[in-house]
Amino acid sequence: MASAASSTPDPSPTGGVSGRGGADRHRARTALPAVLWLPAALGFALVILPVLGLVLRADWVRLPELVTSDAALTALGLSLRTAAASTLLSLLLGGPLAVVLARGRPPGLRVLRSLVLLPLVLPPVVGGLALLYLLGRAGLVGQYLDLLFGVRIPFTTTAVVLAQTFVAMPFLVVSLEGALRTAGERYEAVAATLGARPWTVFWRVTVPLLLPGLGSGVVLAFARALGEFGATIAFAGSLAGRTRTLPLEIYLQRESDVDGAVALSLLLVAVAAAVVVLARPRAVEGAR
Amino acid sequence: MRARALLPTLVALVVAVAACGSDAGRAAPRRTVTVLAAASLTEVFGRLEQRFEADHPGVDVRLSYGGSSDLAQQIVNGAPADVFAAANTATMDTVAKAGLAGKPQVFATNELRIAVREDNPGKVGSLADLARDGLVLVVCAPQVPCGAATAKVTRDAGVRLRPSSEEPDVKSVLGKVVAGEADAGLVYVTDVHARKDKVRGIAFPEAANARNDYPITVLDRAPEADLARQFVELVRGQAGREALTAAGFQVP
Repeated sequence: MASAASSTPDPSPTGGVSGRGGADRHRARTALPAVLWLPAALGFALVILPVLGLVLRADWVRLPELVTSDAALTALGLSLRTAAASTLLSLLLGGPLAVVLARGRPPGLRVLRSLVLLPLVLPPVVGGLALLYLLGRAGLVGQYLDLLFGVRIPFTTTAVVLAQTFVAMPFLVVSLEGALRTAGERYEAVAATLGARPWTVFWRVTVPLLLPGLGSGVVLAFARALGEFGATIAFAGSLAGRTRTLPLEIYLQRESDVDGAVALSLLLVAVAAAVVVLARPRAVEGAR
Repeated sequence: MRARALLPTLVALVVAVAACGSDAGRAAPRRTVTVLAAASLTEVFGRLEQRFEADHPGVDVRLSYGGSSDLAQQIVNGAPADVFAAANTATMDTVAKAGLAGKPQVFATNELRIAVREDNPGKVGSLADLARDGLVLVVCAPQVPCGAATAKVTRDAGVRLRPSSEEPDVKSVLGKVVAGEADAGLVYVTDVHARKDKVRGIAFPEAANARNDYPITVLDRAPEADLARQFVELVRGQAGREALTAAGFQVP
């Protein structure tokens, strides 16, 4: 696939003078230096070989029984439900956030954008601790939730969803904001000139412009939420049916039953691969 | 333009990696003994490492701590190591079954305590108190050694617990008590020792029947078998016993 692309004749004489839009990148393709192939191949191997190792290590005879155990199905069900909920929450909060970042010109935009992306670079367990010190029973906000409303968030499924949203939302924000910035503001400007009210501009122009980034953003956010471990264990704990998602179940099972852990890992790989492959073209092209 | 910028970066990276490699090469005359130890041994083995290195100039003790079953998996899968100290006999058996464990010997035992914060918000005094409604309790999952011990003590006492969370390791349990998220947790007495600034341990009679044995062995494929034997002797000798006792372990 990649080799076909590299031998494609180059239609344009010079590389990317005309800007950084995705479409330009595709047109202005020069021949690749051969030296890149080796590290590229190594990089690919680094991603694929461990998964292959997992596949080879699996006990395929016991696999059906292992992935349909009560513990496995409970964890998978909880994972799918919480990942769906956190993706929706990411969309409801992250969508407007992306629009504000791309169009709103809030003061300190650069700092804001970096802060929003913080969960991408933070170890998730740090995120979990941060959530704990905010919303935990002794936390900044959590102590008042407990005192005033008797609401305790840690050790609940809500905590799982919050932890997943914390780590997953930036993926959605990045995708959507990227889509808006690539599209530019001229359509909105034209709509406004023609007399459209802000809400109409947002709904009829901005939202459709978001769509190219929406697919990839939703898929990446869902996949990230599905794989969430560190923030969940730190903030939500681990209890079957309530907070023990599939990654937590895997982590626990490998203590007592390595075959079971490998089987569940494959299940997670399969679900994650299905999710990513379903939306692969968008995820690859729209994510940046 | 991008590709041109990338190449020097790449070259710099390769050179940097190669430089790291040759650094390690220069350090080779030093001998290294690699010890894989259960996480609960962190404080004790850290102290013994210093002692061993002081007694053996030119020797570097490399300690790797982790969950016992993780470490056992690493050994079975070929991680080069000289000494293995586990927090229970089951994980040592995994290594023994693979024919790698030499002759494991128990060098310490550990038992459970109820950990509460200094102010004991749940007013916990006994194992039975842990079953009270409204008490936020955190324990280890039954798959891990501390969870197995928890299951045994509650069975013996006829107490039925409804924990808010079953954590994958004992330090997570302790962490949630320290952070104030849990009113009480079941941890090892050594964990209470390690955080006595923040938590208090409550002893209960059933704990004595669910002691964890800590076995240690020189591994069969130890690259530094001699040093490994001497490290095991240190752990099992006077200095080791003192350090273990100070950390809350019982020594046989």
